[in-house]
Amino acid sequence: MSTLTKASRRDFLKIASTTAGGLFIGFNWFSCDSPKVEVLSTEEILSQAKSFNSYLSISPTGDVVIYSPNPELGQNIKTSFPMVVAEELEADWEKVRVVQANLDPAKYDRQLTGGSGAMPHSWERLRKAGATAKFVLVAAAAKTWNVPASEIKVEKGIISHEGTGKKGHFGEFVAEASTMTAPEEVTLKDKKDFKIIGTPVKNVDSKEMYTGQPMYGLDFYREGMLHAMIQRAPFGMKIKSVDDSAARGVTGVKDVITFGTSVAVVGTSTWPLLKAKKLIRVEYEPEGAVESSADHDRIFKELLATGKAEIKRENGDVASAFKNAAQVVSAEYQCPFLAHSPMEPENFFAHVKGDKVELIGPTQTPDRARQETATLLGIPPENVTVEITRLGGGFGRRLRADYVVEAVEVSRAMNAPVKVTWSREDELTGGAYRPAVRYRFEAALDATGNMVGYKLRGVGMNAGNCTRENNFPAGAVENVLIESIEHKSTITTNAWRAPITNFLAYAEQSFMDEVALAAKKDPVQFRLELLQKAKTSPVGGELGYDADRMIGVVKTAAEKSNWGKNPDVKQGFSVYFSHRSYVAQVADIAMEGGSPVLKKVTAVTDCGMVVNPTGANHQVRGGIVDGMGHAMYGNLTFENGVPKQKNFDSYRLIRMKEVPEIDVHYVDSGFDPTGLGEPALPPTGGAIANAIFSATGRRLRSQPFIEQKEFSDIKLEIRRG
Amino acid sequence: MANFNLKINGKTHTVDVEDDTPLLWVLRDHLGLVGTKFSCGIAQCGACTVHLNGNSTFSCVTPVSSVGNAEVTTIEGLSEDGNHPVQKAWAEVDVAQCGYCQAGQIMNAAAFLNENSNPTMEEIDNAMNRNICRCGTYHKIREAVALAAKTK
Ligand code: FES
Ligand code: FES
Repeated sequence: MSTLTKASRRDFLKIASTTAGGLFIGFNWFSCDSPKVEVLSTEEILSQAKSFNSYLSISPTGDVVIYSPNPELGQNIKTSFPMVVAEELEADWEKVRVVQANLDPAKYDRQLTGGSGAMPHSWERLRKAGATAKFVLVAAAAKTWNVPASEIKVEKGIISHEGTGKKGHFGEFVAEASTMTAPEEVTLKDKKDFKIIGTPVKNVDSKEMYTGQPMYGLDFYREGMLHAMIQRAPFGMKIKSVDDSAARGVTGVKDVITFGTSVAVVGTSTWPLLKAKKLIRVEYEPEGAVESSADHDRIFKELLATGKAEIKRENGDVASAFKNAAQVVSAEYQCPFLAHSPMEPENFFAHVKGDKVELIGPTQTPDRARQETATLLGIPPENVTVEITRLGGGFGRRLRADYVVEAVEVSRAMNAPVKVTWSREDELTGGAYRPAVRYRFEAALDATGNMVGYKLRGVGMNAGNCTRENNFPAGAVENVLIESIEHKSTITTNAWRAPITNFLAYAEQSFMDEVALAAKKDPVQFRLELLQKAKTSPVGGELGYDADRMIGVVKTAAEKSNWGKNPDVKQGFSVYFSHRSYVAQVADIAMEGGSPVLKKVTAVTDCGMVVNPTGANHQVRGGIVDGMGHAMYGNLTFENGVPKQKNFDSYRLIRMKEVPEIDVHYVDSGFDPTGLGEPALPPTGGAIANAIFSATGRRLRSQPFIEQKEFSDIKLEIRRG
Repeated sequence: MANFNLKINGKTHTVDVEDDTPLLWVLRDHLGLVGTKFSCGIAQCGACTVHLNGNSTFSCVTPVSSVGNAEVTTIEGLSEDGNHPVQKAWAEVDVAQCGYCQAGQIMNAAAFLNENSNPTMEEIDNAMNRNICRCGTYHKIREAVALAAKTK
């Protein structure tokens, strides 16, 4: 990922009309402006460069190298982080190279990808990194020219002084600047002066991705490296006996080793291992509960009825509110387990060398990989290095280090460098899923249709707290009881893009529609009344959300979607706050041949300032596509501790033809940027389900939608209008 | 094991592998051409798409013994320096999120546009339906295919 681009990054495409009326793309990956400039590799630049701080090195040639510490899995952080540094530095983006930093806890904190937290966490420090470097470069120029620093201007990597007419690029002051101390405090730019932030800067890895350069973990090969694939036990089972004779007979297999509940086949290339893995005969025996989906349905019912719950929030007098209610609405919602299914299956390279370990691969949490490796081997964490490759998706799966530690186990056993590769079947059956959850909602309405009581009781399979007790409508209702129950399952679970809210939002926002209907109020109006209450007289303690910002996206979404204005289009509304951002969505359904067809989703997002509009649109559209695909089709069911769906033939992912138009808008609330990797996903399922109800009068109370028997007589579809 | 002479990206390569080895793994493990991706292994996702005599082919289910004299083109050989119209359009539209599926998408789009240089949006959707993008870049993919069709 280093010798990639030359001087210019953004200038490789120029579009101009041709006489034929078509388009002509004048194309050059490298600089069009300065073909004679000798182009240095990033290594060459770095070998001469001076480091200004953890994020930034500048070479005497004026080339700027910006380190991106957080793992890049498609959220575009490797482009947007450097944009922030370059903005305050007043760098010429054409002269910026971006390098993925390796794990370095001394230099970076929170070097992870998850929770849409990178931008809010790093916004200030990235700006400071750029601004302090600019400060010392200016000081160096002032000293060199013997002029006051206050009279110096910096623009696009050029430092200049009007009075004397002196001018030079960053590189000319690097030596002098590196003798100076960076200030503790520095003035940051006024947001209105931003030149890079807020513009659609292209992905810095475009060329490598579109020409097939090695960049993902699975692309990593090293001379002498062994390959391994692993047969893992069903959930709740352990190994009784292993017959590996047939597997050992496959040409290309070097060894078969057993550790814990896993059997690894090791060889010199991948294909023999895919074959040999199928020939391993393992007899398993129960070690804990061996669960099937039917057990989960039973457990849900039992625990919802009688389970001991943890009270997460209690406001007012709930019992009286329900006793005195004019009307009570109640409903239950359920969601299945889901796999993360990143397109790049799990894999990792490990080389155990005595008490030192080299790790290379795709991870959202390099420090966790390091810590778990150190714990396994009983060595200090400092003895483990982690090189972060580009990730072919993550969705939360790569927050765990199970697949890293396995590679360490095999490398230790084989005393050799090893890359462990998962097949898609391994990925779907190998665990750490989005937990299955079931919720019961109850609402009490007074005679005028006001919601005066609200109860939510959730049961999750290894879901931790399956509620979000400080989220809307908490704060908007006088009497509230929110309870969570966790069933400890042997099926492993993990954060899955927008943990918990990826399903809770659908359930809450669908139920909200049921209550609005019972109250005979328009769904948008009903939400706005509640939000008004949360804003003017919030109930109870801490609220996680800002009612005003939520009102902002609700109103804008109603306006942009022409809410309720077109009688031929049936609409569904949903709004959710998660990961510090606010997203409202409206789904448009048209009935075609008796079937509801999802034609369009309008999304309005308040994520504070938008750093890179291209990246933001990607995350909003991608989150919505993810949300609709899994709400429609996603389902992982179990038989005796083993998922029934083992590959994309039975585990259906959304495809091109099923993606409707998505109309994306932002509300500029003036706040600093918050993350966007997750917040657009949660509202989608609810908007779709509410639109389907509005079109058919049938309520979807569990996912996946296409498998609901209430809909067995009609076809549900999503497609482009 | 047997020797196979393969014509890949205009060059002949000789590999000594089992007959049933999928072309995907020959490319990745034996020839170091890792631009062609592994994802499902069962002809469902298109991440492994290459051209066989110009046709979109799932290399994960194409045994090396079936390739014969066919011309194999991988993402690495689609153009000299990433300047195939489809690659250019992909860069201009800034299609990728994680990027893992995109080599397969580009190869499929390039083969499709070779057959149909002036497609309707519906034809684009149909052709690209064989490739999964887990990140959901579908809107950008169709935009890029349409742009590539308009450019030369
Ligand atoms: S890897 Fe070949 S189609 Fe999925
Ligand atoms: S860009 Fe990530 S799978 Fe397509």
